[in-house]
Amino acid sequence: MRSPRTVLGVLILFLLTPMVAAKEEVVSALSQYRIAITANFDGSEIFVYGAIKREQPPPDERLGVVITIAGPHEPVTVRRKARRAGIWVNTDVVEIKAAPTFYAVASSAPLTQILNDDEDLKHEIRIEEMITSSDTPTDVADAQTFSEALVRIRQRDGLYVETPGTVAIQSQTLFGTQVTLPANLVKGEYTATTYITRDGVVIDKQEKTIRVHKIGLERWIYNLAHEQPVTYGVLAVLIAAVTGWLASAIFRRI
Amino acid sequence: MQIYLPIAEVSVNAFLLLGLGGLVGILSGMFGVGGGFLMTPLLFFIGIPPPVAVATEANQIVAASVSGALAHLRKKTIDIQMGIILVIGGIFGAALGIQIFVALKEAGQIDTLIRICYVALLGVIGTLMLFESVRSIRRTHQKTPVRRKLHHHNWVHGLPFKMKFRASGLYISVIPPLMVGAVVGILAAIMGVGGGFIMVPAMIYILGMPTKVVIGTSLFQIVFVTAFTTLLHATANQTVDIALAFFLFIGAVVGAQIGTRIGVKLPAEHLRVFLAILVIGVCAKLALELLLQPAELYVIDRGH
Repeated sequence: MRSPRTVLGVLILFLLTPMVAAKEEVVSALSQYRIAITANFDGSEIFVYGAIKREQPPPDERLGVVITIAGPHEPVTVRRKARRAGIWVNTDVVEIKAAPTFYAVASSAPLTQILNDDEDLKHEIRIEEMITSSDTPTDVADAQTFSEALVRIRQRDGLYVETPGTVAIQSQTLFGTQVTLPANLVKGEYTATTYITRDGVVIDKQEKTIRVHKIGLERWIYNLAHEQPVTYGVLAVLIAAVTGWLASAIFRRI
Repeated sequence: MQIYLPIAEVSVNAFLLLGLGGLVGILSGMFGVGGGFLMTPLLFFIGIPPPVAVATEANQIVAASVSGALAHLRKKTIDIQMGIILVIGGIFGAALGIQIFVALKEAGQIDTLIRICYVALLGVIGTLMLFESVRSIRRTHQKTPVRRKLHHHNWVHGLPFKMKFRASGLYISVIPPLMVGAVVGILAAIMGVGGGFIMVPAMIYILGMPTKVVIGTSLFQIVFVTAFTTLLHATANQTVDIALAFFLFIGAVVGAQIGTRIGVKLPAEHLRVFLAILVIGVCAKLALELLLQPAELYVIDRGH
């Protein structure tokens, strides 16, 4: 039989735990919440900054700040080439259920130092955890290498970026970082999440949304092509016919 | 100056596009070829996805061939009757070509198919052109006139459904022109070419049409068949990029004018050797890309 003192001790611990966990809070902000892709869009810089709110003096455990920016998730098809009859053709194929079109992880120190593996899995912070493989079984034995290839290709294209040590922390309170968004950005809703950790455990997080949209003529062309393909096709032919006719009319005079 | 192409979804330098259009325009002005068979592979090389390159090039050819066809219409060097038969064949061919295109796109093999078609086509054209021009250089040196038969009967004259083609002065079956039109239509849909390089010799050697109406009639067919192909690609694949087509066309129009003027001043045979070498070079680059192991074995496609 347990003594009343033990019961009381457990109760006090239970009461205290949420208070301890909530003693530090993160407040974050972004330099821009809307990004417009225009004809000459050549990438963009976004500044993520904020502060850690607390009532008591900072604890001794190691502080970490991790900032992620994730683009819209969409399905991806990964194909592998193999040599068939002398030429390299696509053979095996793995369909990935969802992968972000863009993903950046900036942190105040290497992730292994400020984030436990368990916490990483729980909050899905690393790039590898953002890839949701398909539920349907594939006949490809090494499906894992396809997700690795996806990460590798997107890292090379500057779409998946990990930049440890780029979040600056001042007096354990203020933090900020700059994330570069590439020129080949896809439109949609992007989520910027700021996590603060103490000894590798996530204490608090905050999410902000960035809207990336196409504007101007490009947007109009893209929407028309996908929403009214017949009208778009007719328009394409008409523009071509008129420019062709104009060109011949102009050069007949020269 | 970088511009964002809305359908290809890539950023490209606008001057690079104008330059490419100009280069191919110069060549087409100099040699009287359409240039689609060179433009499309050049678009692959600058990073335009092959399906977008093919569909957009079909659109660009509409503009280029309208210019040419109008000039021939004024000179009355088009056999409209024959043109209509070729267009009918071309529309069936293009519809079939799109079916093949869509099926292979879904199977993830369309890029390979387009490249293989180009290697085969450019290989044949380049080699023929090289031999032909070397032979004609020799011929001009030897000064021996070559006699050609004016009119000859072949298997074409044994086929049914004969029709009178007034402008060409022919009384032949509609089957061969329908077939020629269809082959050109398939090529237009899969490769984004006008197909003049196949149609012109076929009209002369298979149909026996007089040379003076051949170019005009082939342009007449190309206008309608590439327009139809553009429409099919726009509805089935959403791969026609009008911004890309526009920049290429502006470059090509100016280039063609320059090319025509250069072509008049320089000896044609030597120019043809140059074009043949260029065609073989593009063919070799495409072939190597298929034959050599790529640095990255995996490719990703957005969507399923």
